[in-house]
Amino acid sequence: MNQDHLSIAQATLLEPTGLSDLHLNNVMQKLTNVSGSDFADLYFQYSKHESWSLDEGQVKTGSFNIDLGVGLRSVCGEKTAFAYSEDLNSQAILNAADVVSAIGRQGQNITANQTWKTQGVKPLYSELDPIAALDDASKVAILEHADRAARERDPRVKEVMASLSGVYEVVLIVTSDGRQIPDVRPLVRLNVAVIVEQDGKRERGSMGGGGRLGFDYFDAEMINHYSHEAVRQALVSLEAIDSPAGTMEVVLGAGWPGILLHEAVGHGLEGDFNRKGTSAFSGRIGEKVASELCTVVDDGTLADRRGSLSVDDEGNQTQNTMLIEKGILKGYMQDEHNARLMGMGVTGNGRRESFAHLPMPRMTNTYMHAGEHDPEEIIKSVKKGLYAVNFGGGQVDITSGKFVFSSSEAYLIEDGKVTAPVKGATLIGSGPEAMQTISMVGNDMSLDSGVGVCGKDGQSVPVGVGQPTLKMDALTVGGVQL
Amino acid sequence: MNDQKSESSAMNEQLLTKAAEYAIDYAKKKGMDQSEVSLHQGTGISIAARQQELETVEKHNDAQFVISVYRDHKTGSASSADLSESGIRATVDAAMSIARYTGADDCLGLADAERMATDLRDLDLHHEWRAEVSELVDIALQCEQAALQADTLITNSEGASVSSYAGSAVYANSHGFLSASNGSQHSVSCSVIGAKGENMQRDYWYDSNRNAAKLESAQAIGLKAAERTVARLGARQIASCQATVMFDPSMAKSLVSHLIGAIKGGAIYKKASFMLDKVGEDILPNFVDIAEHPHKLGAASSATYDGEGVATPEYRAIVEAGRLQSYVLGSYTARKLGLESTANAGGVRNLSVSTTGQDFAELLSQMGTGLLVTELIGSGINMVTGDYSRGAAGFWVENGELQYPVEEITIAGNLTDIYRNIVAIGNDYDSRGNTECGSIVIENMTVAGS
Repeated sequence: MNQDHLSIAQATLLEPTGLSDLHLNNVMQKLTNVSGSDFADLYFQYSKHESWSLDEGQVKTGSFNIDLGVGLRSVCGEKTAFAYSEDLNSQAILNAADVVSAIGRQGQNITANQTWKTQGVKPLYSELDPIAALDDASKVAILEHADRAARERDPRVKEVMASLSGVYEVVLIVTSDGRQIPDVRPLVRLNVAVIVEQDGKRERGSMGGGGRLGFDYFDAEMINHYSHEAVRQALVSLEAIDSPAGTMEVVLGAGWPGILLHEAVGHGLEGDFNRKGTSAFSGRIGEKVASELCTVVDDGTLADRRGSLSVDDEGNQTQNTMLIEKGILKGYMQDEHNARLMGMGVTGNGRRESFAHLPMPRMTNTYMHAGEHDPEEIIKSVKKGLYAVNFGGGQVDITSGKFVFSSSEAYLIEDGKVTAPVKGATLIGSGPEAMQTISMVGNDMSLDSGVGVCGKDGQSVPVGVGQPTLKMDALTVGGVQL
Repeated sequence: MNDQKSESSAMNEQLLTKAAEYAIDYAKKKGMDQSEVSLHQGTGISIAARQQELETVEKHNDAQFVISVYRDHKTGSASSADLSESGIRATVDAAMSIARYTGADDCLGLADAERMATDLRDLDLHHEWRAEVSELVDIALQCEQAALQADTLITNSEGASVSSYAGSAVYANSHGFLSASNGSQHSVSCSVIGAKGENMQRDYWYDSNRNAAKLESAQAIGLKAAERTVARLGARQIASCQATVMFDPSMAKSLVSHLIGAIKGGAIYKKASFMLDKVGEDILPNFVDIAEHPHKLGAASSATYDGEGVATPEYRAIVEAGRLQSYVLGSYTARKLGLESTANAGGVRNLSVSTTGQDFAELLSQMGTGLLVTELIGSGINMVTGDYSRGAAGFWVENGELQYPVEEITIAGNLTDIYRNIVAIGNDYDSRGNTECGSIVIENMTVAGS
């Protein structure tokens, strides 16, 4: 057990307002004192956020934010009552717990006082506060370095927009089965976007990364890499011709194009949609939902990764969860509530944007295991198709299974060779069908650089994706060139 | 509408006003040249029901305080939910600390003092929904029931939800401007699933309004959700083609929103927009006018002043007879471009788009053959070049009538051409939210499918 985490959590969340075990008992009793109560939890959270942004060669703005509060939840069967308080005095928290009366009759029985057990978790990342660990002048210097590196790379760079952000979170999860689980979570991100211009034509490129780390992750080499990569992408786009339109063979590059998995299968395998029977994957465990070359996992246990958590937002340890093994659907991603109702085990995927939001099943780092093919060989196998290596966002309709993701860097493949770059185009397919058309999987599995943000029901959480180079035999490419 | 104002909102206003004055005063004492604060405090409730049972009850209670300080043309900002005096001091200190390290820029600072709003009329924005939790639950149940019973093809549900929010906001700055306002927002929505054979489809409908009494009935919303879902069953992919595309009113709004995004000052001064240098040029056909109406009573985005205290106009033409009249500017971006603020700090307010007079059926009939788009997914838009490619679903139209539902296709083009190729805009207005617009018909887009 990590004693530091507990003492940091107590000092940050409980001690300032003198919250004792007795106070927690009183609140928990109120939350569970309702007929048919299954479980309840409290989510104490302190979150500090700082960001700096640069344009026109200068760091012009910076902002700093602190949020502090507790979310209270009580669950009875399929019913959930939820409230939160930004005031951590015991009376304010007790008042917030009144919400429980909306979901059931209050019981008469006051249970015996809980004995709290602290549950330690092996941390996957440092407990360092990244914002405090580096002085502001050095943060500004990181952005100025990014600006210089981009401008020096090519005279066609006309504008550089860079941003640096750091988050430091301390959480304490208190559960009705008597556990108190602390976690301390750093998160940093650097992003560089450039505008290039040539013969009156302008284009944009961007690159960024980060993780559950300190700002020292952005050393000179890393900053140069982001800036140069942003410039390279923008210059490629300047040369891009219209993208083809229609259904064709598509090769996706390794790493960030793994948002294919996030959209095509990931969301559809979240426990809530499957409990409700609203996903295109509902009731299909044991069925073949992808080609046998596909093994897809959701893994929250990778050290320092953006999508990782030592413990999820319900106090359950994250896991490496098998979703699809050799094409066969193996399992869903579960939070406490949905696992309970489906009679399945939790998988450590209960996540929430903040104390002011209800937890639900969410992805962590979702990726496909490497296959056997040399990436070169995969491209050689395509007579006429698209090679897409960078993407913007994606979206899925989990009920029909239709997903999209939008390329920002793609090339034609002609007679087994990568040829002209093409303008960004949206790729669209149906999750279960598209995954069946994966006919080659590369040996070059890699994870993204650490920029993913996933939105669901209005809540954003950081996530990761990854995959090896892979070929889909038929995917619809939304270009303009018929 | 003073009679609508509850005691609690009056108290909130007082508390926020006091906090705002304290913050501005503290920043001044600490040697800042200028400062501005915005604060809000509100409460809300959201109810969700599914399969005719209550599913979740969520209570919201938010407070937020944001300050920006300026010294020697450098700025920093900070925010917090802690409105105590010590909390405010800590937040102002954090903003000042940031302003020590940011770079100087002459364009930074408050909006010009002479532009501060003086006519702070009540725009009828605050209507508390005085309903018990159980009444809201009943509305959600009725809404979902209407959808579930509408058609035997409706087999499942994501549920119906009802939400209500009311709050107070204060904006103040060191010019001496301070204004408090109250506002509310309520909504009812429903999402259901239909199945026919192997095919499963979901669709939804919602309404939102500042005044709960003006919401569409729960039954009507449920029925509309069911009707939209059933209509999508059996959707198929079509072959790639060039086609005329009609965006239904809720999708048409997205085209207006891309245009507004492209004329925002931030994108223009960074030369990151395909609308750069287009003021005074014809960007739309000459039958199109787009205007904002910031003082419209009871509307979603109404306000007498913008996010910097600058007085908003009653009416402002953004596009007139197809010609772009001006960019969308706050004080900083206006100074960067050597222009005047258009009172758009915080965005545009209550847009209206003109119509060519046809109703929905007449537009379909005029289109003859083409694609009606009722859903767009993904974000395939390059704002620097205007290249546009998005996933779509809707209906194939022949002889002016819907033939069958369509899915798993994309529509693509370049926004510069898309705007020029508008041939008609319907009078089938969707007035929810910030943009009032009818269906838009566009010739010659590329549809990618099988």
